Amino acid sequence: MPKIVFIEHNGTPHRVDVDVGRSVMQAAVDNFVPGIVADCGGSCSCGTCHGFVDAEWLPKIPAVQPDEASMLEGLLETKQNSRLTCQIRVTPDLDGMIVRLPKSQF
Amino acid sequence: MPSPQDSERVVIVGAGHAAGELAGSLRSGGYAGRIILIGEEPHLPYQRPPLSKAFLSGELGLPELEIKPESSYRSIGVEIRAGVRVERIDRRAKRLLLGDGTQETYTKLVLATGGRPRPLLLPGIEAPERLSNLHYLRNAHDASRLRGQLQPGFRLVIVGGGYIGLEVAAVARKHGLQVTVLETQPRVLARVTAPELSTFYEFVHRAAGVDILTSTTVRSVQVDSSGDAIASLTTDDGTVIMADVVLAGIGLIPNVELAEGAGLAVENGIVVDEFTQTADTDILAVGDCSNHPSRLYGRCVRIESVPNAVGQARAAAATLCGKPQAYDSVPWFWSDQYDLKLQIAGLSQGYEGVVLRGSPESRSFTAFYFRDERIIAADAVNRPKDFMVAKRLVAARTALTSSAALADDARPLQSFLNG
Repeated sequence: MPKIVFIEHNGTPHRVDVDVGRSVMQAAVDNFVPGIVADCGGSCSCGTCHGFVDAEWLPKIPAVQPDEASMLEGLLETKQNSRLTCQIRVTPDLDGMIVRLPKSQF
Repeated sequence: MPSPQDSERVVIVGAGHAAGELAGSLRSGGYAGRIILIGEEPHLPYQRPPLSKAFLSGELGLPELEIKPESSYRSIGVEIRAGVRVERIDRRAKRLLLGDGTQETYTKLVLATGGRPRPLLLPGIEAPERLSNLHYLRNAHDASRLRGQLQPGFRLVIVGGGYIGLEVAAVARKHGLQVTVLETQPRVLARVTAPELSTFYEFVHRAAGVDILTSTTVRSVQVDSSGDAIASLTTDDGTVIMADVVLAGIGLIPNVELAEGAGLAVENGIVVDEFTQTADTDILAVGDCSNHPSRLYGRCVRIESVPNAVGQARAAAATLCGKPQAYDSVPWFWSDQYDLKLQIAGLSQGYEGVVLRGSPESRSFTAFYFRDERIIAADAVNRPKDFMVAKRLVAARTALTSSAALADDARPLQSFLNG
């Protein structure tokens, strides 16, 4: 089972097991990782599952689709590697992926 | 996992979005006592919004709607009693009487009872439980039942042109049903949006083949010879509309009876303060069933939305963990219909004017609502970025300095944010 590592803004890591096919957001929610709020439950409507995906994993995840891009544009403190984690499905390739969480989810 | 102190316990009545969020937030907030959820439905907390969207269209099943798996609750020691109804609160004994004859005592009680669909009360509907083709849409059972009747070619009559009715209309058209929407008001979504939005959504639905009849009230229904199904509906001008399936989406009634029976104040919901507390400091209420003060709008509001349910749940957890934080979020909502993503920030009721940014013709625009020269709400159609910024504009009670500037798409919306 792949592991995803969430790192809170204060540096606290959370290493969680995720079933393949589940979203990265859901992995955080299932494991009560603070910093992933996910108010809309994964419908790409709220922008509260924002995370920064470490560079080495970016080529392994699907590209940003227009809805997600537009949501990201409206967020504070975004970077090149910003993603909405509800839009990333876990594959075996993502074992060990590091997602850093922003200071706050608006 | 903290070791539960058996004497201390928070009991949550309800097992919806608010209840699920509260259970997790309590534990994260350091609450070490027992946490017990009692839900009437035989399910773990699940996502309700997809019921009228992806679940109804068959893209998602119930297991995929669960907010968290059972193992997550178990891992933090949350006890879930699903399929049990709470009948009464005994405040003196701090005890709940349950439908299965058992009791549950509480140290603190949180009412997260939600609401139920407003029933269609019409001549002809004398025994609604017998009518196999009369539907409401609130829970997974309702949605499963309706899904089973979304057969191509069926005539679906939807009473009520609100979000539920329109979302179902969109799904039903995709499934090849003939759809008629009956709305008492002169326009759909009349209670929640500006005429510009109503006109746009009426246009979109009509283009998709939905027959929308506004200023039309149903006067009666006629059942078929078996007495087990509605055959037709008669409107106030005498028109008879044949139906294979009928959905009533005419609003929600908050479930306040438990609170009322316990002598707590009820006024369009269970009355709570900004910390989600009722007048009884051992009883709190959150989500669709609660009526709370909004500092942003200077009045008490009862809000039917997931973000409000989870937001109030977090506030309740903070209160119960002894770190009270006033709940004062910008209410927001969303509705997916066809290829349109509508996101709503704030409450537009009582608005004095509307400024449109973008054009409805392009299927990408935002309506900003203002009152007292401040932005109080925005409806963003296929404009997630506008929505995200609008939430902040509403939260900051941003002054509307120039309608022309706000309408100017070339000017970044962020430029209206102070600082």
